[in-house]
Amino acid sequence: MDAKVKSPVLEGWFTLDERQPHLLGARCTTCGTYYFPKAIKFCRHPDCAGEQFEEVPLSRTGRIWSYTNAAYKPPEPYVASEPFVPFAIAAVELALERMIVLGQVATGVPVEALAVGQAVELVLEPLDDGKLTWKWKPLPEGQP
Amino acid sequence: MSKDIAILGAGMHPWGKWGRNFVEYGVIAARAALADSGVNWRDVQFVSGAATMRNGYPGYVAGATFAQALGWQGAQVNTSYAACASGSQALAAARSKILSGECEVALVIGADTTPKGFLAPQKGERPDDPDWVRFRVGITNPTYFALYARRRMALYGDTLADFAKVKVKNAEHGFDNPNARYRKKFTAEDVAASAMVADPLRLMDICATSDGAAALVVSSLDYARKVGKKDAPRVAAISTVTPRFANDTVEMPDLATDSAVAAETQSFRAALPRKAYEEAGIGPEDISLAEVYDLSTALELDWFEDLGLCPRGEAARWVREGATRIGGKLPVNASGGLACFGEAVPAQALAQVCELTWQLRGQAGARQVRGAKVGITANQGLFGHGSSVIVKR
Repeated sequence: MDAKVKSPVLEGWFTLDERQPHLLGARCTTCGTYYFPKAIKFCRHPDCAGEQFEEVPLSRTGRIWSYTNAAYKPPEPYVASEPFVPFAIAAVELALERMIVLGQVATGVPVEALAVGQAVELVLEPLDDGKLTWKWKPLPEGQP
Repeated sequence: MSKDIAILGAGMHPWGKWGRNFVEYGVIAARAALADSGVNWRDVQFVSGAATMRNGYPGYVAGATFAQALGWQGAQVNTSYAACASGSQALAAARSKILSGECEVALVIGADTTPKGFLAPQKGERPDDPDWVRFRVGITNPTYFALYARRRMALYGDTLADFAKVKVKNAEHGFDNPNARYRKKFTAEDVAASAMVADPLRLMDICATSDGAAALVVSSLDYARKVGKKDAPRVAAISTVTPRFANDTVEMPDLATDSAVAAETQSFRAALPRKAYEEAGIGPEDISLAEVYDLSTALELDWFEDLGLCPRGEAARWVREGATRIGGKLPVNASGGLACFGEAVPAQALAQVCELTWQLRGQAGARQVRGAKVGITANQGLFGHGSSVIVKR
């Protein structure tokens, strides 16, 4: 897969480094709170008046907080080829950022192969319309 | 000074997929509530509507729309929108008017006509709208319910059989409810045979969307005494608090939670009833029955714990032991819940209060919870909205 020639499903949401991709978040320079997506103007911490943010790559590994799948084709604007192939979905806890981020699970990984607490890493894969998206892929046991 | 108000009348239009104008449902529910209360429409001083976003301008100004349909008579008017909590906010507006002395008797109405098929975002390419974005990458509403359900299985050992028991129970409860849309008893085998939607949730674990309407006539305690209804059930608390940063749960339509690097995580669902208990000056030990937002079977278990009705992680055991059935120690969703109704957003929170009203009056027929004295509702929807209402006798 050559990520460089493919366009992302959402512009600026993740780096296009196909080997070590990162989601792109924002970090409040006042209180340190992270945000994903990064479009943020005013810090949402109720005791922080921060208005300055730096773009930061989010941790590209984490642990599964919970998981599920899409057994039916999602409605538009999702684009799916026929016949629809179900895909797994994971909510992944990032330790450094102390936040949970949703995403599809890498193609070919069935829901039965997932477990809460399992280590995963971020990968880039095309959606059915060819646009690149971020997905979570289980790491071999013992990693990271 | 007591902050209670009296519930003089309750009325509903049956839930279904009728495909008619929401105003018709609302007026039928309002007239039923007025008839139940004995209050003349001319005597209503405040009309409080819960808005619907799916029916054009008349839905945005639902309070005025219903008032016009009932016949303009010069009442003050209000419309509230707060997603699933819209009905509770419309009720809260009526309570404020009554307690401030600006009116004595008010009519609260919520009604909806829902579109057919999947709930989907507005059309167009809108990457700044979190609701559009999550559908673009394949995250639907059942995704969130399923993530919460799977989390329960991992943390507490809940099983698919436990979730199915919730559906079987609610189907039994709603079987004789004339306002319920689905009145059919199901077995655990029926649930297990229904199609998988979002693992571990099957079609019968997830609620539908419906048309329907609910209405309440509420008044000051003085007014209730004047019209010979001093023993009417009372609204003792209405909680409509926002979440507190950092919210610990990934909520529709977001793709990420708040980051908790600078603040401890907080549970929104648990905060809603906490405020209601404080306001009513009672605790979970005083509750006779609960009406909770079972968008999924598993979510009913979360609510049971969030309401403080059992320790965290033990709700499935209560269901297994039959404690949440009518006749059990603490019945949940005696109405049949969303499992039997389907969700009619602006009407749903009011429908929960209607059910508590009938239960506390002893008028719930085959689904009567014996000796019901205090009931609590709970619901939660998009964008930080939720509510919890306590009704007592």
